[in-house]
Amino acid sequence: MISRRDFLQVSMAASALYGASGFGNWARLAAQQSLSQDQLLEFETFGNISLIHVTDIHAQLKPIYFREPEINLGIGDARGQMPHVTGAAFRKAYGIEDGSPSAYALTYNDFAALAKTYGRVGGLDRVSTVINAIRADRPDALLLDGGDTWHGSYTCYQTAGQDMVNVMNALKPDAMTFHWEFTLGSDRVNEIVEGLPFAALGQNIFDAEWDEPAELFKPYKFFDRGGAKVAVIGQAFPYMPIANPGWMFPEYSFGIRDENMQAMVDEVRDAGADVVVVLSHNGFDVDKKMAGRVQGIDVILSGHTHDALPEPVLVGKTHIIASGSNGKFVSRVDLDVRDGQMMGLKHKLIPIFSDVIAPDPAITALIDEQRAPYETTLREVIGKTDSLLYRRGNFNGTWDDLICDALLSEREADIAMSPGVRWGPSILPGQEITREDIWNVTSMTYPNAYRTEMTGEFIHVILEDVGDNLFNPDPYYQQGGDMVRVGGLGYRIDVTKPQGQRISEMTLLKTGEPIDPSKTYVVAGWASVNEGTEGPPVWDVVENHIRNLGTVTVQENTSVDVVGA
Amino acid sequence: MELSRRETLALGLGAAFLTIMPLRANAAAEDAIAAFTGGADVADGGVTLTAPEIAENGNTVPIEVSAPGAASILIVAAGNPEPGVATFNFGPLAAAQAASTRIRLAGTQDVIAVAKMADGSFAKASATVKVTIGGCGG
Repeated sequence: MISRRDFLQVSMAASALYGASGFGNWARLAAQQSLSQDQLLEFETFGNISLIHVTDIHAQLKPIYFREPEINLGIGDARGQMPHVTGAAFRKAYGIEDGSPSAYALTYNDFAALAKTYGRVGGLDRVSTVINAIRADRPDALLLDGGDTWHGSYTCYQTAGQDMVNVMNALKPDAMTFHWEFTLGSDRVNEIVEGLPFAALGQNIFDAEWDEPAELFKPYKFFDRGGAKVAVIGQAFPYMPIANPGWMFPEYSFGIRDENMQAMVDEVRDAGADVVVVLSHNGFDVDKKMAGRVQGIDVILSGHTHDALPEPVLVGKTHIIASGSNGKFVSRVDLDVRDGQMMGLKHKLIPIFSDVIAPDPAITALIDEQRAPYETTLREVIGKTDSLLYRRGNFNGTWDDLICDALLSEREADIAMSPGVRWGPSILPGQEITREDIWNVTSMTYPNAYRTEMTGEFIHVILEDVGDNLFNPDPYYQQGGDMVRVGGLGYRIDVTKPQGQRISEMTLLKTGEPIDPSKTYVVAGWASVNEGTEGPPVWDVVENHIRNLGTVTVQENTSVDVVGA
Repeated sequence: MELSRRETLALGLGAAFLTIMPLRANAAAEDAIAAFTGGADVADGGVTLTAPEIAENGNTVPIEVSAPGAASILIVAAGNPEPGVATFNFGPLAAAQAASTRIRLAGTQDVIAVAKMADGSFAKASATVKVTIGGCGG
């Protein structure tokens, strides 16, 4: 048994300068290094400005396991392009050895076995150590939070985001943008944002009534760093009232609004910005398209789609950085900015191996303080799993299968539907399932597990609609989630077809019969965006189901037949 | 298994059914454009139409159109049962040939703006606006 502190090879370093092609540097750098905290953090300070990017933490204060996706299909121009490359192809693209720490951090294969060797990832006390180390090199480094921070756990739900606000404030961010935060409801969001000790940014956050920029959220902020003027422009998730319940924040309107983004870039350039950074919650493919349409952005710090890439992707002169999710990674981006121009960029995706990086004791204490009132409830063991439970991927993960089974049995339904969200940590085979674990994959402010009747035709319409939100060849028409997860239903999907023609061969699994468009089926689901949805919260449904099972075993799911991938 | 009426109807999805499949331009849309142009050729470019890619609410979709030098601009929602939306006329003293309004869209479809220029020529722009059930965002 190797000790965790000396096994790891630090493999996630990359430098990209203008003209450097996407892949290549990274493997060579990785091979020269071996593992310790110092080496994980090793970075030859470059240029005159440092950016630190965290995003999509989803309220994960403590270390967790997080399996990256096996299926992440790119459609149209994105086909086969980063980040739509997984597993062995991903390792090959970046020269990552099978079974290495990087393979564990960035790909899905042998996840349960590698997790036992390499341990948990994330934890905001470890993230703090990394931030402190970067600030030791560069005291005025900018810490930028891409959003989806105040959502996703038991304590976050019970405190309406206050636990995350308290801990993040202690890390001293300089700016933030938003997505799930708005599902706290606009009153609560406004209350928190009014008290934030840093900038709340979103050039695309508008007043819904007047279709004018919302007063509370500024489009950008200037920072004087390293003798240069840095403009950070915020871009909130564009489709909040569509992907999430708009009735919870009716005063706000969003959208991509790339014509306004161009206007903001021009405005900050005219005001003397030497470098323009966009802190984005667009999702990676939307950022790629935006980088090609809006001129003058130097760096996009990309969030929402939870991709973790060890090298920037270059579109024209814009570097796009993807920093993963759930506190698993921190990106450090050093910039050389001179004479109103970005001359070079050096980047490192730092994996937060929680057994290697020492926790910052002040932040550990602060996290424990947030959790203390709930600790007994959080730790209660509900059951055990024999199977690896994970979610990430375009189609059903095992966590989703378990949730759908819970809906089918607890709500006595023919068909179950579970939202294709990308958050939610993994649980290893043999691990106990605690209440906290269940909340980590279900926590939200619209959790009601409804039970309703739908015709076969309408179920088809739903699958086609969600399918187009994921597989439309134009990223601007995508919402960035994954396919709705289904239980009790099998179907075939051709991802290359247009809307209305992707889904076929819908089958009711319990009878093996084809779904009849005119027949009515009982459907149970959760996370409906409709106001007034009734039913017990889904975490109670899942808890009852797991308690009844005692030990969970999830069978392989072959009910979705994917073609055109 | 008993399904109570209350539980069955609780979701409220039934009331919100939209036409989800993209709507094709109907003949009435072509007729409306032909009536506006008198059948003259319509060039692309010279008109800027700003519309959301995905509507937050299909019942009230904000759009903005501008065509410097236009005498009038016709807005058509090509997939609506009644495609004609508005015609904006600009007098010689108008400071800018631009207008914004909100329109109702029956489903995913193209919105088309046709401008009649001062010299009698025509130009157009179009944008696809998607209307979706939503939900399930990452």
